[in-house]
Amino acid sequence: MMSRCRTALTALAFVLLTSVPVSAERLVISLSNHRVMVTSSFTGVDLVLFGSVEGDQASVLRRGGYDVVVTVAGPRVTERTRRKERVFGIWVNADARTFIDVPSYLAVISNKPPDAIAGADTLRRQQVGLENILLPQRIGPDVADTVRDDPFRQAFIRLKKEHGLYIERTTGVTFFTPTLFRADIPLPSTAPFGTYEIDVKLFADGVLVTQSSSALEVIKVGFEQFVADAARDYGFLYGLTLAMIALLIGWFASVVFRRD
Amino acid sequence: MQIYLPIADLPVNVFLILAMGLAVGFISGMFGIGGGFLMTPLLIFIGVTPGVAVASVASHIAASSCSGAISYWRKKAIDPALALMLLAGGVIGTAVGVWLFTMLRALDQLDLTIALSYLTLLSIVGGLMASESLRAIMRSRAGKPVVLRRPGSHVWFHGLPFKFRFKRSKIYVSAIPVWVIGFLMGFIGAILGIGGGFLLVPMLIYLLRVPTATVIGTSMVLTMVTMASATVMHSVTNHLVDGVLAVILMVGGVIGAQFGARAGSKMRGEWLRLLLGLLVLVVGLRFAYQLVVEPGDLYSIRLVMP
Repeated sequence: MMSRCRTALTALAFVLLTSVPVSAERLVISLSNHRVMVTSSFTGVDLVLFGSVEGDQASVLRRGGYDVVVTVAGPRVTERTRRKERVFGIWVNADARTFIDVPSYLAVISNKPPDAIAGADTLRRQQVGLENILLPQRIGPDVADTVRDDPFRQAFIRLKKEHGLYIERTTGVTFFTPTLFRADIPLPSTAPFGTYEIDVKLFADGVLVTQSSSALEVIKVGFEQFVADAARDYGFLYGLTLAMIALLIGWFASVVFRRD
Repeated sequence: MQIYLPIADLPVNVFLILAMGLAVGFISGMFGIGGGFLMTPLLIFIGVTPGVAVASVASHIAASSCSGAISYWRKKAIDPALALMLLAGGVIGTAVGVWLFTMLRALDQLDLTIALSYLTLLSIVGGLMASESLRAIMRSRAGKPVVLRRPGSHVWFHGLPFKFRFKRSKIYVSAIPVWVIGFLMGFIGAILGIGGGFLLVPMLIYLLRVPTATVIGTSMVLTMVTMASATVMHSVTNHLVDGVLAVILMVGGVIGAQFGARAGSKMRGEWLRLLLGLLVLVVGLRFAYQLVVEPGDLYSIRLVMP
């Protein structure tokens, strides 16, 4: 009897804690396009995400206004960052770190710089901003993220930014009304294909109020993609076909340009 | 017209690649060489990673040496027995080269190896060619007759066993040096993306004393087969062969070669060699520059696993 009572109480407490958040705002988001087809003429696209903050009857929407951070993470990859050093007068890759399961694409879009939205601790806990994203490295037998100013970590983020794959836009979210906003998500032409996770976090007065998530898919179509898939999945047939094409072109040229 | 190279992961202008194919084809037709030693560096200099450049140029060379080999075949200027014997070593050399290529890539030292090997190879070959042809030009200026270097006399490896008679070339040599030369060519070709004609032809002439009548045709057969097998092996192991890039290069290359051959027949031999030597030297120096000058960015990223 006692134990059943305790179970019921625990269940009630659980329901109360999870389904009724401290603040009653809800975040409704909608994406302009959930499937992006990348063809050979694709030069990049800006996807639009609309969002609305809704409060239930009991709650009053905050007067201080809201802040939004949209984080879009592309398919996970393992990449190696190498550092060159001068050895005997020439530059060689002397040191390297392997980053495991890191986003191939990452966009952090907000209405103002993240450090103006919340405190450093909150941002770090919520992994908001390129500086605070988890980038696990292989360190000996372990896999762990390093300190923020690790040179390999910084170089990785910098290079990804230069390749247009890591993006930080501190004015990418626009509020039409205090509760209605849009965010522009830039996808470069080199966007890797796969599933992208979209995570929208709503802040008010430096505190996370609520969050919502969605996803989009980048699909590459067309001849180039066919070639890339064939090269990856059917290496032998691909190589054989190409070798045959080479010999055919060679033979064809010798026939066309025959001079005797 | 912009296209996207699927494996090189690079948007490029089709006409730039086609023009590169034409230009290198022209030079290769003019000098009777495969042109890989020019094409691979050119691709690296426009931003294709060395790995993709080497792997893709292999099929380009297969195409150009195929058209060459066919026309030499018609003229009966190929020694089939010698070609087969070279190939026995060549295919093994290619396999070992592709294996080493894969290893070096995993160790992040592939780009360095390619650059260093090119630097060494091209400066030596370019330097030798340029100085030799300069001397020949000086001699003819001084009014002395041009003395061609006589093929070496009896060298130690002519005493090796497995002697074999190559009828069409009219030589009688041990099969061992033939295998070794074939192996070396396959190996170098797989790692550096060069057919190696500019190394193979002098080796066959000076070391094996193959007559000029069959030397170029036979070397083209070796190049064609080793490069075609390198294409397949690179595709299987490293997935770095860019088919789109390769086909555009091939088309440009075979056309350019035809015009190059006509232009080459109008030039004097020594001048042609001097020009080629200088060209080889310049490409080598470009690699030296890249190795010695501090890179703009010390860091680089390589995708390990998608």
